[in-house]
Amino acid sequence: MDRQTLLRGRTIVAATFLALCGAMPVLAPALGEPFYIQVFARVMLWAIAALGLNLILGFGGMVSFGHAAYIGIGGYTVAILAFHGETSAWVQWPLALVLSGLAALAFGAVSLRTRGVYFIMITLAFAQMVYFLGVSASQYGSNDGLNIRRRSDFSIGGLDLTVTDPVAVYYIVFALLLLVLWGCGRIVRSRFGMVLRASQSNDTRLQSLGIPTYRYRLAAFVLSGVICGLAGVLTANVERYVSPDMMDWPRSGELIFMVLLGGMGSLFGPVLGAAAYLILSEVLSSITEHWHIVFGPFLVLVVLFARGGLMGMFGPHENRK
Amino acid sequence: MSVAIVAEQLLNGLQLGVLLFLLAAGLTLVFGIMDLVNLAHGSIYMVGAFLAATFTGWTDFFVLGVLLALPATLVAGLVVEVVALRTLYARGHLDQVLATFGLILFFNEAVRLVWGPAGLAVPLPQFLSTAVTLPLGIQYPVYRLAIIAVGIAVAVGLYWLVARTRLGMLIRAGASNRTMAGALGVDIKLLFTLVFGLGAMLAGLAGMMVAPIGLAQVGMGEHVLILAFVVIVIGGIGSIRGAFVAALLTGVIDTMGRAFLGSLLDLFLNPVASSTAAPALSSMAVYVLMAVVLFFRPQGLFAPRGG
Amino acid sequence: MSAAPLLAVRGLMKSFGGLVATDDLWLEVAPGEIHAVIGPNGAGKTTLVNLLSGFARPDGGTITFDGRDITRLAAAQRARLGLARAFQITSIFRDMTAADNVALAVQARETHAFRFWRAAATDPVLRGPAAAALAHVGLDARADVLAGTLAHGEQRALEIAMALATEPRLLLLDEPMAGMGPDESQRMVALLRGLKGHFTMLLVEHDMDAVFALADRITVLVYGRAIASGTPDEIRANAEVREAYLGEGEAEDVP
Repeated sequence: MDRQTLLRGRTIVAATFLALCGAMPVLAPALGEPFYIQVFARVMLWAIAALGLNLILGFGGMVSFGHAAYIGIGGYTVAILAFHGETSAWVQWPLALVLSGLAALAFGAVSLRTRGVYFIMITLAFAQMVYFLGVSASQYGSNDGLNIRRRSDFSIGGLDLTVTDPVAVYYIVFALLLLVLWGCGRIVRSRFGMVLRASQSNDTRLQSLGIPTYRYRLAAFVLSGVICGLAGVLTANVERYVSPDMMDWPRSGELIFMVLLGGMGSLFGPVLGAAAYLILSEVLSSITEHWHIVFGPFLVLVVLFARGGLMGMFGPHENRK
Repeated sequence: MSVAIVAEQLLNGLQLGVLLFLLAAGLTLVFGIMDLVNLAHGSIYMVGAFLAATFTGWTDFFVLGVLLALPATLVAGLVVEVVALRTLYARGHLDQVLATFGLILFFNEAVRLVWGPAGLAVPLPQFLSTAVTLPLGIQYPVYRLAIIAVGIAVAVGLYWLVARTRLGMLIRAGASNRTMAGALGVDIKLLFTLVFGLGAMLAGLAGMMVAPIGLAQVGMGEHVLILAFVVIVIGGIGSIRGAFVAALLTGVIDTMGRAFLGSLLDLFLNPVASSTAAPALSSMAVYVLMAVVLFFRPQGLFAPRGG
Repeated sequence: MSAAPLLAVRGLMKSFGGLVATDDLWLEVAPGEIHAVIGPNGAGKTTLVNLLSGFARPDGGTITFDGRDITRLAAAQRARLGLARAFQITSIFRDMTAADNVALAVQARETHAFRFWRAAATDPVLRGPAAAALAHVGLDARADVLAGTLAHGEQRALEIAMALATEPRLLLLDEPMAGMGPDESQRMVALLRGLKGHFTMLLVEHDMDAVFALADRITVLVYGRAIASGTPDEIRANAEVREAYLGEGEAEDVP
């Protein structure tokens, strides 16, 4: 199979999967399984977060074990504002994204001064700080979480744009997934993306060429934090519930797995990885409540043997010839 | 706030510190010598607690339960090393983190299957359940003093092992230059297995000693594991002395923070704000400590390796 | 010297603990020339390259580049002023294509890389100079190959292409022949000879055949000092140089 065919293979897979997502609200009731819509909605939410993480993990080589914190910050901003009566999306969403970005800036600025295992641990520790903040916020539900009675309201001026139909919410998430996919694609192929990839490949050399790498890594870190924040905002709107568990470190671990499963350094990989991870979890947990006993070793095997991830099966990455 | 209460919390801090040291020592040894990041270290801690609970239940005698559980934990650790971890030595840290994360899921579920989802209580024998009167009029539980004593004894024993014995010399050689040590005829595989076993026993011992205070329960390893990692990062990865100092520091700061931060904040803030902020800030105290240490000394307080 | 030197080293000193690596070193490189630095092992050649490129700070003395004192400048700043260095141990971006490697070097000349929109692969601002640099070293046919899969000699050429892409005034070459067999060495000599006139070069090298084939002037370093400096013929005839090499038992080294 020549290169052209292989690249087309990856595109076909991506297009097929996205078409499936888009058709699900019609397909699922037709198949008599309306709950598939919920499954795919969750897949898309995690896919957005995984795309955000992939930007720094797959392309920049930064192993952040605390990215679930930004999902939490995005979600909790929406929830807390709604709790206090502010449901306008035009207030909630920008604020949530700005807060996620600021947190990523603060945490990233300190963490990126370290490397290797220290980086992994310090990002983990910062995320735990956010988690504990959530747990100790007793008026916002603490461990029990916070329900959101009304979704984000897009009404502006006199125009009533309330969104109550779950299918409409589904398509908003779908549209944003496409936007994030496209955006990440442009970023990775830009000069910024090239510098980021080079920083993963040989950071010292890049610095000796005269490029100060810290600022670009930090910018990428902030960008990925904002994308995860967006995933959090959408999660709050879809599930209408937030809890500290969405920021706990196992969640960050699962996010890394989704990126790995999909194929690191692949543009569409995180989406497939999120889908595979969640669908597998659903299937296994419906068989037995002790599914972790199988799932745990499965993850170990993936780490040991499936380096290219799922997208690796459909052909080499376009940068590798 | 009397001196007695402060002293009592200080002792509690030392007790937590000593337990953290037991966990951190194994973790830092394994990381320092085998370059292995092992998230499942907390799972061994948990397994140790459950084994001690079981053996205490069978023999009706806590100390005997612990003495039986120690070799059992060692065996469990060795099995894990041989079956799952050997392939990871050659891999990068990300792979190790992810693979051992998968192991955590497995162990939590396995323990749930064997021992059920509820936790197990571990009853203490009479002579350990009393309190003793210390200077300053403090009534302090004998058991907690025992934990501190055991912990310090282990620290001394570890120091003697690493600094004075042949095995310790091999460990130090392996830590500074693995390939050289291997070239000089040291059986690296065996050394690794021994070191891992030692770490596993220490983790198990910590779990066993903690169990009577709380419960042996599923997932108990994860929370304390992160603290242990914070400890070794502060202390310097690969340094036992660093682990000891950092563990005590962390234990004391965490305990004192939880105990007194509320009262301190009450001086400045209204009760509602204080009751929200205090638990959050005291949980964060340890991480702030880590951030501060890493800012000034990115390799930790006692980084033993040259680079 | 008629024209002002491009690079002037005056009284340079560097010690590592008790070891004196550079001992009152004086050296001048004229614009447009290929100047080689040779010397027996331990003469301090690597230290000199590090001092010149900014990877080490001297204990004393000055370095002047195009009339400007650069003694205290950081490596990245010297690179921006036009002093480019190619490394002795190949340090390239192995998982990126040769073209991308050079494009990064071109990118380094820009003030910043916060450009998220346009695709770097087709950006003419990057690709034009990159293609030119690759052509200079004869790698234009291999532009789309992953750098890690290039042959050793090609990787060394890529190193030089990356240095060239930064539009240097002075090219500092740290043992470009390192690890090369006779065929590859010949190709590298031809490559460097092709660059002559376009770029001024300071070349640190062990390979005597290459040095005498390329250099306009040679400086001989022994124990951190320049014991002789002149044309290849002058160096060949110099008694002190012969002694320095013969004394080390490397009589075959001086052709």
